[in-house]
Formats: sequence, structure tokens, C-alpha cells
Amino acid sequence: MITVQNISKRFGDYPALHDINLTIQPGEFIALLGPSGSGKTTLLRIIAGLEFQDGGKVLFDGEDVSDRKVAERGVGFVFQHYALFRHMTVAENVGFGLSVRGRKDRPSKSEIKARAEELLSLVQLGGLGNRYPAQLSGGQRQRVALARALAVEPQLLLLDEPFGALDAKVRKDLRRWLRQLHEQMGLTSIFVTHDQEEALELADRIVVMDHGVIEQVGTAEQVYMDPASPFVSDFVGEINRLPVMIAGGEVQLGGISLAIPAGEHPDGPAQLHFRPHDVELADHQPGGLPITISNIFRKGGCWRVEGHHAAVDRVIEIDLDAGVAPPIIGQQLVAFPSKSRIFAAGCP
Amino acid sequence: MSRAAAVTESRLARALLIGGAMAFLGFFLLLPLLAVFSEGLKQGWSAFAAAIVEHDALAAIRLTLIIAVISVPLNVVFGIAASWAIAKFNFKGKSLLITLIDLPFSVSPVVSGLIFVLLFGAHGLLGPWLQAHDLKIIFAVPGIVLATVFITFPFVARELIPLMMEQGKDDEEAAVSLGANGWQTFWHVTLPNIRWGLLYGVLLCNARAMGEFGAVSVVSGHIRGMTNTMPLHVEILYNEYDFVGAFAVASLLAVLALVTLVAKSVLEWRFDYHHGGAGH
Ligand SMILES: Nc1ncnc2c1ncn2[C@@H]1O[C@H](COP(=O)(O)OP(=O)(O)OP(=O)(O)O)[C@@H](O)[C@H]1O
Ligand SMILES: [Mg+2]
Repeated sequence: MITVQNISKRFGDYPALHDINLTIQPGEFIALLGPSGSGKTTLLRIIAGLEFQDGGKVLFDGEDVSDRKVAERGVGFVFQHYALFRHMTVAENVGFGLSVRGRKDRPSKSEIKARAEELLSLVQLGGLGNRYPAQLSGGQRQRVALARALAVEPQLLLLDEPFGALDAKVRKDLRRWLRQLHEQMGLTSIFVTHDQEEALELADRIVVMDHGVIEQVGTAEQVYMDPASPFVSDFVGEINRLPVMIAGGEVQLGGISLAIPAGEHPDGPAQLHFRPHDVELADHQPGGLPITISNIFRKGGCWRVEGHHAAVDRVIEIDLDAGVAPPIIGQQLVAFPSKSRIFAAGCP
Repeated sequence: MSRAAAVTESRLARALLIGGAMAFLGFFLLLPLLAVFSEGLKQGWSAFAAAIVEHDALAAIRLTLIIAVISVPLNVVFGIAASWAIAKFNFKGKSLLITLIDLPFSVSPVVSGLIFVLLFGAHGLLGPWLQAHDLKIIFAVPGIVLATVFITFPFVARELIPLMMEQGKDDEEAAVSLGANGWQTFWHVTLPNIRWGLLYGVLLCNARAMGEFGAVSVVSGHIRGMTNTMPLHVEILYNEYDFVGAFAVASLLAVLALVTLVAKSVLEWRFDYHHGGAGH
């Protein structure tokens, strides 16, 4: 079990992490998700022991490892740009962790070679051991980096944007495969990504970060369906955000009362969030949001309808079932969000 | 198409520029080089050889080699340490250190020599103490080594800093995370990554260490057969109108320069090749 307690980290005056708390169970596959600069890499590096926190503790199975160096923590780290040793062959790269061991624990040369070959076939690169990193494709290099990290038999595998530099197709194959490998080897893994699709698809739990704080920790389902903050709602999945007024239990936009319960929300300005696929369109009916259709296009398995409302400066995005006939551009309709969420105004 | 046309139109200008550059190089570089050799050989090979195996000349050659053998390794160590610190760590005073590394380039060599005289000379800051302990630095070999180390300090560091900065510290961190200790990381990861750049720096450093005149001249004292390096020996012979002797020793320095140039181009070729060929 990995426990991160009240971790904070500054770079000069810049607070890169602020009071981070997180517990990870053995065998979990965790994604750190957040926009650029949110502190994901910094947190990962602190867990690894490549960077040291200003305050707080990192515990492995209840034991404080804050003072341990990376090599003493039993972690495997995979770098975003692979960081393969370019003057060594692929097999030498993979065997590096074994060949730098002290004389006592070091396997023989032939054992190291055999182990490297074994790991290379595990990452489906059997027979490429004699090549140099420059002679491999990006996806192959990433798998070499992974094999190299696995060679030292880490308990915890840490990956910083492992698929960041790869094209979409390779990414998809590789991440499925990584998930399988994780199960097969009984690892605990944490990977950094700013691709929400990747996080939603792969991870057991997602840690959503912004500006050096954790906004929410939860399963893909929880994070998507029950976002804890407007940031999470906005960052994970697509969202429509409308500035609304709450008055006497009613949600109002541009003077129109919407058929949405305000719930417990106090009177005053607020923001209304709803997903594009949680909207129904109708002709003129009270309680709906009047919009003018400005654009329609086919988006995968549905129609993406874009509409305008005078009091909203962003386009309102709506997904309609591909089976129904789409509206026409210029048509005046009303939108009924079937599922929505109200947050206090002013939050990012 | 238009590019080709643009090039053809300026053919005359191009020929003039290339011709001008060649003439300039020939006049200012090639001609003097030839002159050095032809002056040295004016009275035939035996006079040339005699001038080189002459006692003081041999002493100068030996001293020059000793200076190089001491100062080049020192600067390799300093240079790697400084560039490592600058490229891989953040610390206070980093920009000051970068500026200081360039100091020997921006200060006149004579001034560099004088700094050491002011420090270690008989009337210098540490002079009395040195005298009391019977240590001789100025007008002796240690002074020449110090001055040479100072003058040649930037060569290795300036070659390595940009290279190491560009490479970042991912490779080192990867090595450390795999359990390598500091020495293993340096030896198996950092050094191979910088080897061509390092060799290049060593080459330039060595050429300068053997050829330095100004700073060495100030601290040497020009004691024949004792504290004269090759460049100083050449000057003395020349001032005594021993032209064959002066130019014979000078041609050795010229050969060193030519060897350096050839080695440098070979390295540049390999360096570029490795640099460009094995990116991430
Ligand atoms: N070594 C450093 N020195 C100074 N500032 C740093 C350093 N490393 C990170 N930072 C700053 O800390 C903040 C968090 O950086 P971090 O690399 O953790 O972000 P990230 O979430 O991984 O972003 P990205 O998705 O772009 O990789 C950023 O604002 C960054 O500029
Ligand atoms: Mg990052």
C-alpha cells in the first residue's frame, strides 16, 4: 500500500504541489490526470524518490520512505521520452539494472543476457536485443523502456505519460497491452496522462489534479458521472457550462426559468453544467432553453448539434442519436438538459 | 525553379566571395604556414634536425609536454565537474559560475599571467609565505602550469555545457532508478553520452596548452633549459636572429596545429553523426 501524506512542494516561489493526500491499494492501476503544469510529474517523481518533497511523507506499506533514494524504494520508472541509453544495445539497456548490482547479488553475464531476452519477449520484442535504440520505432522504444524498468522486479511501476509521444493507433494498442501486463505481473502501477480517454479506459481509479491540488479521486464512473468540482466536470468529458441565476428555487438564464430544480443551492449567480448527450431537443415548450441551431455534423455514432443562445457566449453542444433525423441549421428549438449539475459561480 | 534561378544570377557574386575568402585565407594562413616550414628548412634537413635536438630546444619540448600532460587532465576533471554542475543541477550562483568560466577568454593573457604574479610573486599576496616555506611558483614550473590551466579552462567546459544541457538528466535518472551508483552512472551513462564532445574539448585544450604564449611568458621568467616552453623558446631564438632554430621549433608547433585540425574535423564528423543519428 502506498500512502502519500500532506505532500507539498515548491519550485522557488511556485507551489507545484499543495497538501496532497492519496492512498493506493496493492494491485491498483492509478491514473494521475490533469492539465499541463498541474503537478502530475512532480507527484510521480516524489513517489519515486527522484524529487524530494518540502513537507509531508511518502509511506510504502506503512513505512516512511521519504529519506530513501529511488534505488532503495523498489520502484520502476518509465520516462516520457524513454531515456534509453543510446550507446547500448536493447539487450544491454534491459540488462543494465542487473549488471550494476554489487558483486554479491549480480547474476552472471549469461544469466543477465537470458533474463533480458526473456523480458524482451514479454514485451513482444524478442530477437531485437542486438539493435540500438535509434533503430527502433517509438512504440518499440517505449516497450524497451518498460522491459528495462521491469528487469529490477519493482513492486511499483511509475510511468510518466508513457504513450505521450506515440500516434493514436499505437497508443491504443499499447495501453491495452500495458493493462494486461499489469495484471499478469501483479504490479501496482501509477501513470501520468493528460488524456482523459486514456485515464477513463485504463485506470481502476483516477486522480484528477489541477494547480497542484487533487480535485477528486474516484473510478471512471464516479469522476465522470459525479464530478466533485466544476473543474473535474469540465476537464473530464465534454461539458456545457452556462452562467445562470438562482432565484427562489428556480434556475434562470437570460430571464427565462428553466425546468431544472435548483435543489439546495442558495440564491445568486451559479453555473449550470450538463453533458452533450444528456440533452433533449423539442419545439417550443416552456422550461426549455431556446437555442438557434448553428451547425450540425456527424460525430462517430451520433449527430453533434451546435446551438446558440443570446445570453451565452459559448456554443451549446448537443449529441443526438444517429437514428433520429437531425434538426436543420437556423431552426429555433428548445433544449432540455435531462441531467445537470449546479456549481457555485466564480469557480474555475 | 526560382531558387535555382536566383542562385545562377548571383554566380559572379558567389565566385567573387569564394575567391576573396580563399585569397584571404591563403595570404593570412597558408602562406605564413609555408613560410614557417621553408624558413626552418632553409639550411637543409640536418640544420633543422640539429635545431630541434639541441639541448635547450629539447628541454623546451619536454617542458611543453609536461605542462600539457598536467593541465589537460586537470581541465578535463574541472570541465566535466563544472558542466555537470551547471547542466544537471540548480543552485545559487550558477550564472556567476557560467560567467567565470568565460573569464579566461575575455581577459588578456598577459593580465592572466599578472594575476598569478600578484598572487604568488615575491612581492605578491602569498609571496612571503611561499618564500618562508621555500616554495617556488612564479618563474618555475608550477606557475606555468597554473597559468596554463587558467587559460585553457574554458575549452572543455564550454564544449560540454551545451551538450549536457541538451541531453538533460533523464538518462542519469533512469540509471539511478535502476540501481546504479554515482560512479556507475557517470562511467556507463554520462561519459559515453559526452565522449565525442569531450574529446573535441580535450583536443582544443591541448592545442592551447602547448601553444599558449602570453600568460606563460609573464610567469615563466625565461630561464633557458628550465622554464622555457616551446613558444617562449621560439621567441628567444628569433630575437637572437637564430632563424633556422626558431622556425624549426615553430614548425613543430605548426604540425601540432595541423594534426589538431585534422583530428578536429574527424571528430566533428563522428560527433555530428552520433549526435544526429541517435536522437530520442
Ligand atoms: N525542476 C523544476 N524547476 C522549476 N519549476 C518546476 C520544475 N519542475 C516542475 N516545475 C513547475 O511545477 C509545475 C508542475 O510541473 P509538473 O511537471 O509536475 O506538471 P505536469 O502536470 O507534469 O505537466 P505536463 O502535463 O506539462 O507534464 C509547473 O508549473 C512547472 O513549471
Ligand atoms: Mg509532466
